[in-house]
Amino acid sequence: MTRRTGVFVCHCGTNIAATVDVKKVAAELGQDEGVVFSNDYVYMCSDPGQQSVINAIKDHDLDSVVISCCSPTLHEKTFRDTSAAGGMNPFQCEIANIREQCAWVHKDKAKATPKAIKITRAAVKRVRRNESLTPIGVPVTRKVMVIGGGIAGIQSALDLANAGFEVVLVEKQATIGGHMIQLSETFPTLDCSQCILSPKMVEVSKNPRITLMTSSEVKSVSGFVGNFKVKVHSKAPFVDPEKCKLCDDCTPVCPVVVPNEYDLNLTGRRAIFIPYAQAIPASYTLDEEACLGLNPVVCGKCKEVCEAGAIDYDVKPKVTEYEIGAIVAATGFDLYDKGYLAEYGRGKYPDVLDGLQFERLCSASGPTGGQVLRPSDQKEPKNVVFIQCSGSRDPENHCAYCSKICCMYTAKHATLYQHKVHDGQAYVFYIDIRSGGKGYEEFVQRSMERDEVIYLRGRVSKVYPSKGKLKVMGVDTLSGKNVEIDADMVVLAQAMVPSKGTAEAAKTLKIGRDKDGFLAEAHPKLRPVESVTGGIFLAGAAQGPKDIPETVCQASAAVSKVIQLLSKPELEHSPTVAKVRDSHCTGCEMCVDACPFEAITLVNGKAHVNEVLCEGCGTCAGTCVRAAIDVKNVTQLQIHEMISACMGG
Amino acid sequence: MAEAVEVRKVAQESGEFEPKIVAFLCKWCSSAGSDLAGVSRLQYPSNAVPITVPCSGSVSPIYILSAFNKGADGVLVSGCHPGDCHYLKGNFFARRRIYLVQKLLQFIGVEPNRFRMSWVSAAEGTKYAQVIADFVKDLKPLGPHGKLGAKR
Repeated sequence: MTRRTGVFVCHCGTNIAATVDVKKVAAELGQDEGVVFSNDYVYMCSDPGQQSVINAIKDHDLDSVVISCCSPTLHEKTFRDTSAAGGMNPFQCEIANIREQCAWVHKDKAKATPKAIKITRAAVKRVRRNESLTPIGVPVTRKVMVIGGGIAGIQSALDLANAGFEVVLVEKQATIGGHMIQLSETFPTLDCSQCILSPKMVEVSKNPRITLMTSSEVKSVSGFVGNFKVKVHSKAPFVDPEKCKLCDDCTPVCPVVVPNEYDLNLTGRRAIFIPYAQAIPASYTLDEEACLGLNPVVCGKCKEVCEAGAIDYDVKPKVTEYEIGAIVAATGFDLYDKGYLAEYGRGKYPDVLDGLQFERLCSASGPTGGQVLRPSDQKEPKNVVFIQCSGSRDPENHCAYCSKICCMYTAKHATLYQHKVHDGQAYVFYIDIRSGGKGYEEFVQRSMERDEVIYLRGRVSKVYPSKGKLKVMGVDTLSGKNVEIDADMVVLAQAMVPSKGTAEAAKTLKIGRDKDGFLAEAHPKLRPVESVTGGIFLAGAAQGPKDIPETVCQASAAVSKVIQLLSKPELEHSPTVAKVRDSHCTGCEMCVDACPFEAITLVNGKAHVNEVLCEGCGTCAGTCVRAAIDVKNVTQLQIHEMISACMGG
Repeated sequence: MAEAVEVRKVAQESGEFEPKIVAFLCKWCSSAGSDLAGVSRLQYPSNAVPITVPCSGSVSPIYILSAFNKGADGVLVSGCHPGDCHYLKGNFFARRRIYLVQKLLQFIGVEPNRFRMSWVSAAEGTKYAQVIADFVKDLKPLGPHGKLGAKR
């Protein structure tokens, strides 16, 4: 095989040249078989550097190049583009990393130079067997699925629809709105959550480009970026939203009462119910599990009284299949279960509430119409203790991370309480106050100074009922004294955790989760709204604890990435995919089982790679005992030759 | 055999033995981790020459044997932490396969310290430098590897 390879060694100023004898590297490689040109330059990535590569390709009729420089993550694309500009196939360009993996980690030039030669020679050996490849063109479906109907999902769906894309919004609950619609007021402006969210929900229901699927869940996703096939299971809609007139004739006759999830079980609801008056879609729903059996012989009272004829017990659940180009996962959060906190009563004391329950007490649409009353006896609490970091920042026992929003919402809760109960006193136990955000610090200061909330720096060791009150045993580390408070109510700022079902959703979508179970972004800084799987994007608290403004930002950012993706007429898929040598393949199917992307199937007794599904990981190649499958441009032969080069051979 | 022992003795006595290592690094975690070691200007011995592969799951047992055959004194395979694989489950395959290779190498009498697997994430530059430093330190007393090398 006669190849005409060019080797270009970069000094990177003195970054490389200080520890690696770059002239020697270029000179030695120039002696290698097939290397017809070698050179060094102070900044290979600069315009004159790149031009020298282009000129060399033309002048010396090069068919492959190795750039010996920094990490391929920095300039592989740069030099592949340069190679293309020189008229060469970009996949005939390889990078030898002699900066991060050599010059920067060694001091002794006598040792670093031979290592740099080995690294460069390995790249030369590799590129000599590279195939010229063309990116695989993939068609795109211009329709987006948004999973989760909280503020993240709502914002994503509206932005996408307003940009002209068709959207399917899938929500597990009977209504969209998520946790935000349960909130009373929002920090730091104290504007009402309903007032800012409800209009957006109405917009979702009215937008002709948005298909709203409530009481529905994504059951399976197949396909790949630009071309997903998604199956959505919907619960049976026993009440027809088109016919339901919201007259509320059905609920008084329903004999079943179950806890109301929307009010965090502070109130009850019937088996036929509307989550709240402003729910979208605006319709009652029938809770199949609570209902006496959907059997007119057993009950059937709601159907009897429904004048609109909206109720039908015989409707069946359905499965809808959609063709989707991109998916935004906005599956949201839940609060860490109080049951895990033995020291605060494991959720058994009725007057120990979590943050969301307190929101409902403060809310005008809540169980008490916005009056703060104790759930146990409906009396106004005069001393309320707020405990921050309940379950957060406790790596030994609970969640290691900071839940980010609790400092702010506790300040808000304490402020709202002081506004509502003028002769009451709010106490806040905290570890640190984290109030980074526009107007946030001022808000916390105001709660201390103007609303006279007492902040105690320290933790609470125990809460227990005593003489009709709750004894709170804490410590104030600033005065060094133990503190005992006879509280009427305790509010725990529970940690934020990924919503129930996030693990299953991640599995269905084939995206990763981080150590805390939140959906993992592709890069923590540079790709915060993309998952590692192409075409699947992340928004909101499903990716990590965040407040409303941040969630809205991330939702819009995810949408901009989706638009970027779907605006192209065709998608480019990397052509470094697996390739089968039919003569060696015995059809043992080991690669079929090993492939993480289900890209390999057996066709006529031989493994067959779907190049569009293949991500080029090479797990198949590592598994095949007959070396019948290889990833293009990282073949086993190439690796063996690279090993030889590394051994100085 | 006697010859190999002799070589080893000489190398140990002269104190100049520098083990040759091939390090297979996955592109997404360990190679990125080694980049971070560079960016952080951490210093570690120059004995290991890295070969970046797409995934630790793509490392065939043959690569490891081939490296020993071609004169390596030690072989390292480094991937993403279990559960964090960029390709979802490639490193689980690597882990199983590497376990078997370890058993095989032990069976044919290669010192277990000549071959190791590590989990180095893109954020673990310090760990990568440590892994290489430890490996070199552990290989030095073993002397040159003579078992699987081709007599060329």
